[in-house]
Amino acid sequence: MNAPTPTSVTPSEGPPAGSLGSVPVSWSQAVLMSRYQFRDYLRSRRFILMMGIVAAISAILITVVVHFRPAGIIGNSTAFYGTLWTSGVEVLIVFAGVIFGGDAIAGEFQNKTGYFLMGLPVKRWSVYAGKYLAAFAASLVTIGVYLLVLIAFGSTYFGAGALSLDLGASFVLAVLYLSALLGTVFLFSSLFKTSMYGVLIVAVMFLFGFTLINTLLEDLVGIEPWFIVTYADAVIGYPFSGVPHHTTRFAGVTSYAPTYVEGIAIMIGYFLWTTLVGLLLFEREEFT
Amino acid sequence: MGPSLEARALTRRFGSFVAVDRLSLRVEGSKCVGFLGPNGAGKTTTLKMFTDLIFPTDGEAFINGISVQRERKRALSSCGALIESPEIYGSLSPREALELVGALRGMDAREVRSRTDEVLAEVKMSEWADQKVGRFSKGMKQRINIASTLLSDPEVLLLDEPSTGLDPRGMAEVRQIIRALKREGRLIFFSSHILSEVVDVCDEVALLDKGKLLFFDTLSNVSARVSGGGVSVDAEFLSPLSDEVVLREIASVPGVGGWSRLDERRLSLTIVGGAGARSTVLAALASKRLGLVGFHESRSALEDVYLREISVGDSA
Repeated sequence: MNAPTPTSVTPSEGPPAGSLGSVPVSWSQAVLMSRYQFRDYLRSRRFILMMGIVAAISAILITVVVHFRPAGIIGNSTAFYGTLWTSGVEVLIVFAGVIFGGDAIAGEFQNKTGYFLMGLPVKRWSVYAGKYLAAFAASLVTIGVYLLVLIAFGSTYFGAGALSLDLGASFVLAVLYLSALLGTVFLFSSLFKTSMYGVLIVAVMFLFGFTLINTLLEDLVGIEPWFIVTYADAVIGYPFSGVPHHTTRFAGVTSYAPTYVEGIAIMIGYFLWTTLVGLLLFEREEFT
Repeated sequence: MGPSLEARALTRRFGSFVAVDRLSLRVEGSKCVGFLGPNGAGKTTTLKMFTDLIFPTDGEAFINGISVQRERKRALSSCGALIESPEIYGSLSPREALELVGALRGMDAREVRSRTDEVLAEVKMSEWADQKVGRFSKGMKQRINIASTLLSDPEVLLLDEPSTGLDPRGMAEVRQIIRALKREGRLIFFSSHILSEVVDVCDEVALLDKGKLLFFDTLSNVSARVSGGGVSVDAEFLSPLSDEVVLREIASVPGVGGWSRLDERRLSLTIVGGAGARSTVLAALASKRLGLVGFHESRSALEDVYLREISVGDSA
């Protein structure tokens, strides 16, 4: 290698170059990232799709209630909200997770948007956290809209005063489940560099896979599936229904229901380990 | 100390394939360095290691003396990088995308606004500032990428084939932008396989092939390699010059070591004696009223060295 002997004179125009600004701390960058990503979600077709799903689920449930007037549902507000909220929100959380989170990390590689961000003085975990927060916020908006629709519908039967703390407690549990599910979705998304794989695997796992494993473990092997995240979603309905027996046997088949503590521990545990592993994967992933 | 870039035994293997092979290179000061090499030479892989997009198998990359591998955030804080024509979130406008970049770099909102207007004007995208990026052509997106690279006025610029996707006019504008960016306190390091682009804007060139650095030198020295110690310069005249006029009026000028004809209006001159001699010859030719309309370092010199070095690499 030859050491260059600089001979050329570079023009000196304008003020000396120097980087403007002082780079913010990583958490602050994560929040900044989430703001812009959230804005991107709100303007995207996927948000319209998600709102369409909220509208469809709401319409189906409202039509059934209005048409059949099931006494078990419209008899009291606890049964009404317990049935309609719980059955709708569990599905919505899965859809929101898949739609907002399925390609969140894989898409950065496939769509090359990662190149725009990763050349900046940003730690990788800030990008991961920012995208997680944005997906979380977008999902929260959709389940929030669903909740508002239900409250509006419910008030036609029971009035606005019929709202109870049960609904608030169930909402908090749903948010906890959302955080665990999104953690898992982000982990799957970090495993791939192709969005389609991420979305497909997450959709299959959450819509069929985990439920199937749950059933097989309980019915065939008699093992409590405490290590499956979807097992914990039952606690979302507990504020309305009360906590069922942990173990029930019927026709030779053992069924399990998580306790409050167990359900909450599973959700927190899933959020923590999936987020940690997902982050580690993203830290080591290369933009080749 | 000026801005600097340094690769210390930087190596990257993909299985048995060695993409970058113990690259050691230090570039320092206010200058523009062209990073040349054929497709697959390892240029982009090197730049990706400088921005922590991929990790070296061995060795380390430094920006302003700070290790990219150990202190990514600090190292990249004084560096603007454009690698592989990135995509911007389609629903954002250029202004919003630049706001995000500015905010992540810690620029205050007012500063971001004024710099956004400046850099969008520089890349001729002002009228599209508030349109959604998703509707833009590849070339328009690349202009926004360039704008985002310039936003924080970084000391070090890493540009990976910045004119990719641009039409000829766009490519010329990118060259113009890079020339305008050359100033005190800024180091520009850009990869390209377009030799004319490098000759137009660079002071020094590093040639990479099969992951190995073949040479790193000033353009003048590269030119001297093919012209026997002198610098090869192309001189263009308004009207054709006869050999007699060339011999009498040009070959006799002190500093002109030799000449050859490129066509009836253009000559290739070998100038001996460095930049001072070039200046003297230029002044002499201009004073002779021969209709001199162009005088620049020969592009063919770099091309000659490039082809020679690459073919040596191929036969090795």
